[in-house]
Parts: sequence; structure tokens; C-alpha cells
Amino acid sequence: MSHTLAVVRSSFRFHLKATLKSSATVMYMVLVPIVYATIAFFMYRGGANEVAVVWIAVAAGIMGLWSTTLAGSGMALQRERWAGTLELLFASPPPFAAVLLGVALATSATGLYSLVATLFWGWAFFHVPLHLAHPVWFAIAVPATVLALGLFGMLLAATFILYRQTFALVNLFEYPVWLITGLLVPLSLLPGWVQPIAWLIGPTWGIKAIHAATTGGSPGGYLAAAGVLALASFALGLVCLRYFETLARRRASLSLT
Amino acid sequence: MKGWLRLFFRGGLLSYRALFAWVDPRVYIPSMLGFPLFQLLFFAYVGRAASFQDDAFYVVGNAIMTSNAGAIFGTSFSIGGERWTQTLSAVLATPANRFALFVGRAVPNIANGILVSAFCFVLGCLLLDVSIGWSQVPALAVVVVVSTVSCACLGLVIGSIGLRARDAVLYANLAYFAMLVFCGVNVPLDDLPGWMAAIGRALPLTHGIEAGREIAAGGTLGDVSGLLTTEALIGCVYAGVAYALFRLFEAEGRRRASLETY
Repeated sequence: MSHTLAVVRSSFRFHLKATLKSSATVMYMVLVPIVYATIAFFMYRGGANEVAVVWIAVAAGIMGLWSTTLAGSGMALQRERWAGTLELLFASPPPFAAVLLGVALATSATGLYSLVATLFWGWAFFHVPLHLAHPVWFAIAVPATVLALGLFGMLLAATFILYRQTFALVNLFEYPVWLITGLLVPLSLLPGWVQPIAWLIGPTWGIKAIHAATTGGSPGGYLAAAGVLALASFALGLVCLRYFETLARRRASLSLT
Repeated sequence: MKGWLRLFFRGGLLSYRALFAWVDPRVYIPSMLGFPLFQLLFFAYVGRAASFQDDAFYVVGNAIMTSNAGAIFGTSFSIGGERWTQTLSAVLATPANRFALFVGRAVPNIANGILVSAFCFVLGCLLLDVSIGWSQVPALAVVVVVSTVSCACLGLVIGSIGLRARDAVLYANLAYFAMLVFCGVNVPLDDLPGWMAAIGRALPLTHGIEAGREIAAGGTLGDVSGLLTTEALIGCVYAGVAYALFRLFEAEGRRRASLETY
């Protein structure tokens, strides 16, 4: 167990360092949420509906968190494939799931940059008061949501083993997940069939918890739901990983690009 | 003249087929059709949540904007991609007319941009129940063509920069996001601070989107001729800058033997 945790830790540290070395990635992580936050600020400022402005900053930051998780976890295997190291990772004694978990957690942790960037942007340029209804709950809800995102990212990464055009799917999913997790659009405005999908995604509840901690409410129940679903996605990710790994080995298609 | 036209059209098409051979339906459908459509839907729903503008505003703005996904990314890669595939030296060693070689590469990407834009217009109208009269379609098509060409000219600038810079895709992304914020795609220029609106007016798309909205609301080509002329002139300026940069970086790359170095 301690060996597995050491692999997760090493994978986390290595991937975090590698990601932060890329100035293009860091710029992208910071810039993209700021772009969406800016547009959302102007849209809500000009619109008739009131919304807590601090939530727009937080929501745009979480959008960045989602994007980095989707792109980072989705592309994790693809990057190893391009680098020619995927077979080595699969063939080495430590469980590949531990490596992948470290990568998934690192990508969602780097997304925290986005949250800081949008809060600063909102405060500096849109005079958003950084007043949180429950600061302690906020401090708990954010890392919990990052963890939920990381575990969900691992499920995504596992399901992407057999799909070689991951980058196209990563692009495709970005806007839909922002929509169905109710970040800037209440779920009640979306078609009815969208809501059950949102309920099955752990980070949706984490986002609800952050929303409650930011604007007022009880985040406890949401956090519990996020935790349960995050563990479920982790378990499902492990099953998928085992199955797809066997399939890829049998077909000898692991390194095909 | 025949050789020039052949290089312009067939050369452009051949380079497109060579550089974009990796784009099969599994890539094209999610990234060129799915992503722009979801972008349109996302902003339309945020607009509904904020009670900001009607759905037609977002359909027109985003459908015209999405043409630049092909026009900017595709065109910039059509130039810079030669460097990535290590074929730039071979291309530039030929005595081919540089203008035909350079601008011809934008043509397939412009066609792709128009296709993406048309797809987003149709699906956006159907999914959001937006009604644009059939009589407005030809004028709207002219607006889309002019805007896409103008965007492709900006793509040529980025492609030329890609002859020197390490990561042209990053610049293409920056241009994409800049246009999303500054060009009045989802927020009218009147609602943006003056300096942001001024930047928007110097970029492609801004005048095209404004013209598109007027036409969707019942205007005619005559009503928006000024806007379209401005959009076309902006495109010409970017094309001129792109060509100058291309020749500059070509000459410098030859002199320093750095055409394909990173």
C-alpha cells in the first residue's frame, strides 16, 4: 500500500512539475478562465437577472479547473503514447492505475491557478468584493472538488485508452460539462434530460458545495454526495482501466497513434 | 497566368490534403462541428440565464465567429505546418510565385470555415428556435464569406509568425480568445469599455458580425455595405502584413539557415 502511495506521489509531483514548466500551458490555464469570466461579467452586468458577482469569478475559475482536468487527464495517455513511454509504464511492476491517479490529481491541482486568477481578475478589474458566505466551508469545498475532479479525470483517462483521437473529444466535452454542471447556467434552464446526467457526476455536487459556501447555504450534504460519487468514479475507473488494458494488450494496439 | 492560378488553387488544395491528412471524421466532427456548436449553445444559455440578449444575437455572433476556427487555425497551420513537417525548405526552394503559394493555402481553409459557419447557423436556429427569413440567407452568406476571408488573413499573419515562433498554435489560440472577447460576439461593443471596443474594431469579424445581425433582423446588403467594406479592408491590411512577414521571415530564415530550426 505504501509503495502504491509512493507511486501516486511521484507521479503527482512529476506531472505537476512537467505541467508548470510549460509556459504555454500555464498561460492557457490562466488566460482561458479570465476570458470567460470577462464575458460572463459583461453579460450579467448588462442583463436583467441578478447573480452574486463573486460567484461569476468562482464559476469561471472552476471552468478552468474542469478544462485542465479534461485536457490533462484526457491527454495523459496520449502524451505517453506520443513519447513512446506508454508501454514502459504498463510493463513496469507498479500498478498503472497509481501512475494515472497521480497524473489526474496533478492536472486538477494545477487548475487551482485558474481559480486564483479569476478571483484576482474579478477583484482587480470588476471590483468584485471577495466576500465568501462561509470561508471555512469554501476552504474545505475547493480541495474536495479538486479531488473529485481528479478521480473523475482518472475515469475519463481510463476510458480514453482505446480512443486515439482524444484531443478532439477533449475539445468537444468542454462546453457541455460547463453547461450540465450548472456553473453559469441554472440546471432548471436546460432540457429536463440533462439533470440526471449532472447528478451522476461527482464534481457537480462539489460545485454546488462551493456555490453554497460562496453565496450562502449548507454545503455539507453536497460535499457528502460529491465524495460518494468521486469514490464511485474511482472504482469505475479502476474497472475500466483493467478491462481496456487487457483489451489493448490483446490487440497489441497500445502504442498505435 | 494559367500556372499562377494552378499554383493558387491546386497548390493550395494539395497542401491542405497533405498537411491535414490526419483530420478524419473522428477528429473533424468533434472539433470542427461539435465544439463550435456547443460554444454557440453555451453562450445562448448564459445569455438566457442573464436575460441579456435574445437567442438570435448569439446564433449570428457565434455562427460567424466559428468560421474562424477553420480560417485562423487552419490557415496558420497551412503555413507554419510546413515547418513542423520539415518540408518548409523544400517548398521555399522552388521558384514558385510566393503570393500564389502563400495566399492559395488559405482557400481550402476559407471553404472549411464557411461550411462550419453554415452548419452552426442551421443547427443553432433549429435547436434554439431562432427564425431567420429565407430571403435573408443570400445576404447572410455574403457576410459569412467576407468575414471568413478576413479571418483567414489574420490566420496568414499567425502562419507567417509561425515561420519564426516556436508555437504558432498558441498565437492562434490567443487570437481566437481575443476575438471572442473583443469582437462583439457575445457582448455588444456598446457594452464594452471604449478601449476594448477600439481593439475590436481593428480586428476581423467585428464588422462582419454587426452586418450579420443587421441582415438577420431584416436589413439588406445595401444597408450593411459600409460594414462589409470595412471588414474587407481590414482583411486586406492583415493580408498585406502577413505577406510582408512571410517574405521577411523567409529571407531571414535563408540567411541564418534557421528555416526549420526550433
